[in-house]
Amino acid sequence: MARLIRPRRALSTNPLKSSAPLGAAMAYLGIEGAVPLLHGAQGCTAFAMVHMVRHFREAIPLQTTAMNEVSTILGGADQIEEAIANLKKKAAPKFIGIASTALTETSGDDIAGDLQDIRARRPDFDDVRLVYASTPDFEGALEDGWAKAVTAIVDALVPQAEPCRREVEQHQVNILPAAYLTPAEVEEIARLVRAFGLTPIMLPDLSTSLDGHLAEDWSGRSLGGTPLDIIPTMARSKATFAIGESMAEAATLLGDRGHMPVRVFPALTGLTAVDAFVSALMGLAGVTDAPAAIKRERARLQDAMLDAHFHTGGLRYAIAAEPDLAYALSTALESMGAEAVCCVTTSAANPIIDLIPADEATVGDLGDLEAGARAGGATLLIAHAHGRHVAAALGLPLLRAGFPINDRLGAQDACRVGYRGTRAFLFEVANAVLAQSHQPRPEAFGAAPISPEFEHDGPQIVPH
Amino acid sequence: MSGTLKRTVQDAFDEPACATNRAKSATARKAGCAKPLTPGAAAGGCAFDGAMITLQPIVDVAHLVHAPLACGGNSWDNRGSASSGSMLYKTGFTTDLTELDIVMGRGERKLYRAIGEIVEAHAPPAVFVYATCVTAMTGDDIVAVCKAAAQAFATPVIPVEVPGFAGSKNLGCKLAGEMMFRHVIGTREPAHTTDTDINIIGDYNLSGELWQVKPLLDRLGIRILGSLSADARYRQVAQMHRARVTMLVCSHALQGLARKLEETYDIPYFEGSFYGISDTSAALRSLCALLVKRGASADLLDRCEALIAEEEAKVRAALEPYRARVTGKRVLLYTGGHKTWSIVSALQELGVEVVGTSVRKATDNDKARVIQVMGTEAHMYENMAPRDMYATLKASGADILMSGARSQFVALKARTAWIDVNQEKHEPYAGYMGMVDLVRAIDRSVNNPMWAQLHRPAPWETTRPAAPGLGAAEGADGPGAPQANDCASGQDRLAPGEPADTANPADPADPASDFEDC
Repeated sequence: MARLIRPRRALSTNPLKSSAPLGAAMAYLGIEGAVPLLHGAQGCTAFAMVHMVRHFREAIPLQTTAMNEVSTILGGADQIEEAIANLKKKAAPKFIGIASTALTETSGDDIAGDLQDIRARRPDFDDVRLVYASTPDFEGALEDGWAKAVTAIVDALVPQAEPCRREVEQHQVNILPAAYLTPAEVEEIARLVRAFGLTPIMLPDLSTSLDGHLAEDWSGRSLGGTPLDIIPTMARSKATFAIGESMAEAATLLGDRGHMPVRVFPALTGLTAVDAFVSALMGLAGVTDAPAAIKRERARLQDAMLDAHFHTGGLRYAIAAEPDLAYALSTALESMGAEAVCCVTTSAANPIIDLIPADEATVGDLGDLEAGARAGGATLLIAHAHGRHVAAALGLPLLRAGFPINDRLGAQDACRVGYRGTRAFLFEVANAVLAQSHQPRPEAFGAAPISPEFEHDGPQIVPH
Repeated sequence: MSGTLKRTVQDAFDEPACATNRAKSATARKAGCAKPLTPGAAAGGCAFDGAMITLQPIVDVAHLVHAPLACGGNSWDNRGSASSGSMLYKTGFTTDLTELDIVMGRGERKLYRAIGEIVEAHAPPAVFVYATCVTAMTGDDIVAVCKAAAQAFATPVIPVEVPGFAGSKNLGCKLAGEMMFRHVIGTREPAHTTDTDINIIGDYNLSGELWQVKPLLDRLGIRILGSLSADARYRQVAQMHRARVTMLVCSHALQGLARKLEETYDIPYFEGSFYGISDTSAALRSLCALLVKRGASADLLDRCEALIAEEEAKVRAALEPYRARVTGKRVLLYTGGHKTWSIVSALQELGVEVVGTSVRKATDNDKARVIQVMGTEAHMYENMAPRDMYATLKASGADILMSGARSQFVALKARTAWIDVNQEKHEPYAGYMGMVDLVRAIDRSVNNPMWAQLHRPAPWETTRPAAPGLGAAEGADGPGAPQANDCASGQDRLAPGEPADTANPADPADPASDFEDC
């Protein structure tokens, strides 16, 4: 399927990717009572925070170790310790998720070692869970930072179960959603799991922290997320499901901790993909039938596929997204007869790129999207909000997907997973096509226009 | 930090034209005006951010960020400076350094090639190259690379050596001005000059604010020859040395540049603001007076007075219909400092009550003016933690918060109207016409019927449940539900017995500092 292309050039024009520490911070925000802490200069945090504030339209409690040139040379351990102490004083977080940046990784800080020392010397930090992930900006993108943070959370907070005396919660299942899944999508996945009488534990859970709700008080921490005391019990779940290939490593680690089966669902968009997930849920629940509501949702998706295929069949589109999201949307569209004439993605780390239904997948920027869409004759663009420049340049509609979506409201409510979400996605694509109203003209077919002598002399009627 | 950068920083802080700096002792002056950042309690941008704020609005320049992804990738296309021409400044260029580039020391070569690729694809009048923490640390000599590239590609390539960890956003703004003085200003001669050519420094044409003022200048025959950097072309920076007068728009950060222009090229400068009616008039007066002093025809003063009289009468008439709608509304002003007081006095004229203002970046002079405008110093805030601000607003301490975007959600979550008055704002509020836009925005926001609905108790919170069997037939405004207006008056927002939330500790993030102009 897709051949991975890495353009040999020095310049990135209109970057597609957001940085890995930002992804880690976003994952940390899906934990109860959390404050993410970026270990770097204060600008690293300010930019990431502005990015998230604009996307979610929420206050984002993100903090920095405020490295300066002296602490960069001498090592940042003291800065981390001081930051934790200050955070405890001011926001009393239950969880501090630390992520490194290009600055501290280039200077070579041994943050894991520093943290160990800090814990040993500061017993007053015992009441806050400290988790650290190494996420230099120069390696990978948002998706990778998110995945590394979740792996770090599992590593730090889920205990190793004893293989022989393992207690299993028969109805409990771990779900590790990838970075691209919106709060509404996380909620939809949880709803599907519950429909089969199973209890999902979502890690992380943005559906309760960044879903956009009006709280009764100001906390200075995440407004919801996976409850901290539930995370250790994930070792007793019956199975671990990763949603998105980027979560495979975290899922494998979690499976090892609890000696439980692990399955990676690379996507939950498209009938086949959702069917696979539902079959797995049925197997886990030990049932051979599905609830009526789910059956009805599937039948409605089938109906939507019939209605939408007139508009998706033969559709040529260009997509720029992180690997997991690009895979999810493009496979769903491929199954509806659409063709990805250009695929640009952010990080070569995810093996799912090989399976993206396009000739090539370029690790590139929005400049590549513009060139590829133009060359391939695309009529629809799929990208995050910055794709609007390409859309304007090419005069094409833009379907906004990914991060950031800072020029529209409701990014957290977009749901393109499950039977219902797929149905909504197909309508979204078909409507984008339908919105380009096209008036046929004789010239377009090579016919001569009608002779002016036949035209009435009066005022022209405005075409509608 | 390299020796040269260190000296540049020291110089930037020791600003003889700065009142705050002059008031300090020699040692305090040497220490500079940067406050050390507190880990875990810092907010706001870095020096690189500041440099970008100052320079990125130059619209036809290619701004190339030499860094791993985050510096450019997380920040491009995020400001509202408007352009009347080239859109190249909105394109995010970065060398996107990878681990291999850094480990193998390939940064300089990659930068050189990237400059070449930009010149080939876009042929800009200049390329600005921004150093960042990582490339400063790996020791990339961007000055040398820029010099070589400028020769090889026959295009000015300007090094902006302002890595983020050098300090705050404010320092970055200062240094950006210094870089322009060193490398750009004076490198081109204008095709012709007039005796009413001016420089405007420190305005960024956010949402087109410059254009709310430009019609006034147009009518007076005043030409904006040099600009840093509202709707600026590269040439307008390069030929700044030929202007007659510099207007420094409410910016302490770029004072050093204005002073250097005066010392080196004999261009006098004054500080002024285009926010509010009285300040706009004062700025026009100062501008014309200085121009006449420098040789412009003396009738400029009369034309200026006539214009002011006409425009002030027009704006007062335009504001009058809003008086009844905004009178008695209480505003909490939380911005970087001094630029909004003229707005305050205009709002007070309309009966708006200003219940407090921040004086975080204000000098003593500024504070004296607050007292003059507000009548008392009781309502000056040095710094307000988000949690305290939330508590104040929730306890109905104000009807409207006017601030930067960082505290937007503090206000909204406290169910209080919010007006954006910093650089992210989507509406321009400058000049006379901008004042009308601002009052319209206040009216539209604070008088929105949404607030009444928002404060309605939920069905399960009403004290008297509806009689059994009635249910929905009773209607939403039945006897069981209090009138919506009961809780929208601003007096009753706290339920009885619910304490105002003031006891909680402060929040780490300083709400205002991230989004301000420097």
